[in-house]
Amino acid sequence: MEDILNQYKTVNLNEVKVWFKAGKTSDFPSDGGGCIKYKNKQIAIIKFDRRNEWYACQNLCPHKMEMVLSRGMIGSAGDIPKIACPLHKNTFSLIDGSNLNGENPKIAIYPVKIVDDEVFVGFLE
Amino acid sequence: MIKVIVVGNGMVGYKFCEKFIAKSGQEEYQITVFGEEPRRAYDRVHLSEYFAGKSADDLSLSTSNWYEENNITLNTSELITDINREQKTIHTHLEKTHTYDYLVLATGSSAFVPPIEGVDKEGVFVYRTIEDLDAIMAYAKKIKQNGATEAAVLGGGLLGLEAAKAVYDLGLNPHVVEFAPRLMPRQLDKGASDMLQSKIEELNISIHLNKSTQYIAGEDAITGMMFEENELLKVDMLVISAGIKPRDELGRVSGLEVGVRGGIVVNNKMQSSDPYIYAIGEVALYNHMIYGLVAPGYEMADVAAEQILQRDKTMRETIDMSTQLKLIGVEVASFGDPFIENEDVTAIVYENKLSGIYKRINVTKDSKTLLGGILVGDSSDYNALFQIYSNAMPLPKNPEDLILGSRGGGSSTMGSAMDLPDSAVICSCENVTKGAICCSIIDETSSNLSDVVKLTKATTGCGGCKPMVADLVKETQKSLGKEVKDVVCEHFAYSRQELYDIVKINKFTNHNEVLGTVGKGDGCEICKPVLSSIFSSIYNDTANKHIPEQDSNDRFLANIQRNGTYSVVPRVTGGEISADKLIILGEVAKKYNLYTKITGGQRIDLFGAELNDLPAIWKILIDNGFESGHAYGKSLRTVKSCVGNTWCRYGMDDSTTFAIELENRYKGLRSPHKIKGGVSGCIRECAEARGKDFGIIAVDGGWNLYICGNGGVNPKHAVLFAEQVDKETCFKYLDRFLMYYIRTAGPLVRTSTWLEKLEGGLDYLKQVVIEDRLGIAGALDKEMQGLVDTYACEWTQVIENPELQKRFTHFTNSEERDDTIEFVPIRDQKMPRPW
Repeated sequence: MEDILNQYKTVNLNEVKVWFKAGKTSDFPSDGGGCIKYKNKQIAIIKFDRRNEWYACQNLCPHKMEMVLSRGMIGSAGDIPKIACPLHKNTFSLIDGSNLNGENPKIAIYPVKIVDDEVFVGFLE
Repeated sequence: MIKVIVVGNGMVGYKFCEKFIAKSGQEEYQITVFGEEPRRAYDRVHLSEYFAGKSADDLSLSTSNWYEENNITLNTSELITDINREQKTIHTHLEKTHTYDYLVLATGSSAFVPPIEGVDKEGVFVYRTIEDLDAIMAYAKKIKQNGATEAAVLGGGLLGLEAAKAVYDLGLNPHVVEFAPRLMPRQLDKGASDMLQSKIEELNISIHLNKSTQYIAGEDAITGMMFEENELLKVDMLVISAGIKPRDELGRVSGLEVGVRGGIVVNNKMQSSDPYIYAIGEVALYNHMIYGLVAPGYEMADVAAEQILQRDKTMRETIDMSTQLKLIGVEVASFGDPFIENEDVTAIVYENKLSGIYKRINVTKDSKTLLGGILVGDSSDYNALFQIYSNAMPLPKNPEDLILGSRGGGSSTMGSAMDLPDSAVICSCENVTKGAICCSIIDETSSNLSDVVKLTKATTGCGGCKPMVADLVKETQKSLGKEVKDVVCEHFAYSRQELYDIVKINKFTNHNEVLGTVGKGDGCEICKPVLSSIFSSIYNDTANKHIPEQDSNDRFLANIQRNGTYSVVPRVTGGEISADKLIILGEVAKKYNLYTKITGGQRIDLFGAELNDLPAIWKILIDNGFESGHAYGKSLRTVKSCVGNTWCRYGMDDSTTFAIELENRYKGLRSPHKIKGGVSGCIRECAEARGKDFGIIAVDGGWNLYICGNGGVNPKHAVLFAEQVDKETCFKYLDRFLMYYIRTAGPLVRTSTWLEKLEGGLDYLKQVVIEDRLGIAGALDKEMQGLVDTYACEWTQVIENPELQKRFTHFTNSEERDDTIEFVPIRDQKMPRPW
């Protein structure tokens, strides 16, 4: 199980080597998320229309190691945008990946950019 | 640095560290802890939960890096073998030597094993550590494979009954063997013990009292226990849990004063006969007593910590042994002197064999002072009684009101928690007073309940004081003029009922409108489902609208299960299903390799469906006449029924037809929480209707209508609302009752809790529904009829609309399936790979 978790590491914008085309902006529901596949990774893409922002994070919830985060509800805690796991409502910051209501490990966060209605996610390789 | 060495890493040793590092001046001290067990300190009080599935980590009192973060050195699996008091050093079994300035012995106790012939046989265990539990589990598994079913527990005290629960959870039939003539002889009198015994025996746990064991029978392994008078109890395993023996070896080898029957003698500073060596917890003999409860142990830890920091806190002269706990599902409590009997004392006893409740209070003859008491079966009054006892508060005019409740008139006899003196200890595990709780609110170091819990640690032990702490926080806030409201979450300063009215009056139709007008922030997983539910209740929007704002299960119209797959539950109204439809369900299950199980609501659940397959599965179901069962929604689930007078020779009326009519009327009705119904054809009540939010039972001359029952965490029987009424009246009352509940209840509040909190209670609800006291009955009728008339099956909507089907794919950029989903076999079916 550790192996699955270990393949997800936060990527900072200045480290991006590969911009992967994840789909069209219309592929994702307004103020909701969807999951994309990149190589053997599953990444949740969040279209946060209320904030006019896009976010990406691992689809794997680190609590019970299930591929479900993209199906969770998004929202805010104070100023922090967050996503709630649909299984046990653990919430994670979409800025730094930290678990906001518990002591689960951080989730990995990936940069997103939008070019002409197309969604790109940044990876190291 | 001043060196403090703590020997023993149990609950009390851990508590010493926790208390010590929270105190000022501790920076000059360095703590080193030695524990002989291989793991960090864990919660021994809840040890039996290990059998019920909790892991060693779940029971752990701290996180893995807690010691490091707090600069404490923890050495596990290392046993201290000797103390050199002159040189102030200790010696470990790894041949290492450490020096100390202060030594704290928190070595606890081991299980007391009575000197019975044959206790060394295979299959005889003690019940004390996680290692003991692992050994018990392994042995139980082995003997079960050989067909063994019976296991004994020696000891009918608190620990013995805990062990019996553990044996029960392992799937063996427990036999509790006790030497005394009653269970829990230190806490309960005969009447209380009898009541507890009958409750426990209902679970097929056998109780053998007055039994003195002569020897353990068997060649190598145990096969039975021989009692006096040549009576043999055949068992294949024995767990001894008959008391504790202080682990005072270190005191003995180093020449500290120890008691005749063990225990290191301490004074009220928790100092042993060597002033640099302290003893706390179950190894300490204070006032000639060993205290086997957590609360005194924690207080000893605090006293020792204060003393080492050169302060003057001392241990109280008399230690309270009051206790409240749940044993094998039965609430048990005793406080003060539970047994006292003399000419100055009157015992007031209430006993109800039907509901399994026994209550006793001991009051002085002048009815002025409460001296102690016992509660079995219902200990909800414990906190209040304990406070009255420990603070010597005045009693009501008729002291029996304390356990019977005041009859006539609605007010509580207990008064408010605010009447307690500031010195009253509210949380006895953590020794937190009312003053400490209220002060932290008044001086604004805490602003709400969770702040208070963080600051004072109140409620973090056994948790029994939770309601009282919550009350105190709320009442203190009120007294400061701060408005206390049950707001939905940080995004809305309104209750659910207020949001309902706001949405309705302003005709808001989506989340952003509400959030933008009366809320703040971006919403969250709490307020979004609340608003979605309100839109459904007002406009009958199905869960195919506001999709990303629907709760986990509503979003995909299915129940998410452990591995992220879903379960599918079509509606089977009233539990009636034809052979053809059963075959369809079987065919679907076969085609998609689904695990099938009959639900508690008389329908069939198909588990393990992948997200991508849900529309195809429902296409088949809907083509064959099924519709959504709303098993995923906070909405009407099922109306369970017995077969009624169409077949049953006892039936008074046609309960199945009535159940089907009710389910068809209220299906799809979104509500603050799930709603379940039941209809029974006679008072034998095979449909268990009184365990439902609404239950109807056929009687001579009509139907009896019951409301606000539920199973779940706190089971409640539904209460009688109307007698001998006809079907039409049932529908009318139910329409109004359900609609009023939907309008006014808080989020995730079931009907029983809602009724409890409703001012005026059942009488008031009857006035609203039957007599139309508020003049809203017409509106409630109209609203419900509107919802019934506009019902639509949400799965049919999906099947008919390709746009709505788009969300049922795991990946948005690939047709591939989620390849991380794994199943393992179970019996002839499958289940998710366990967590």
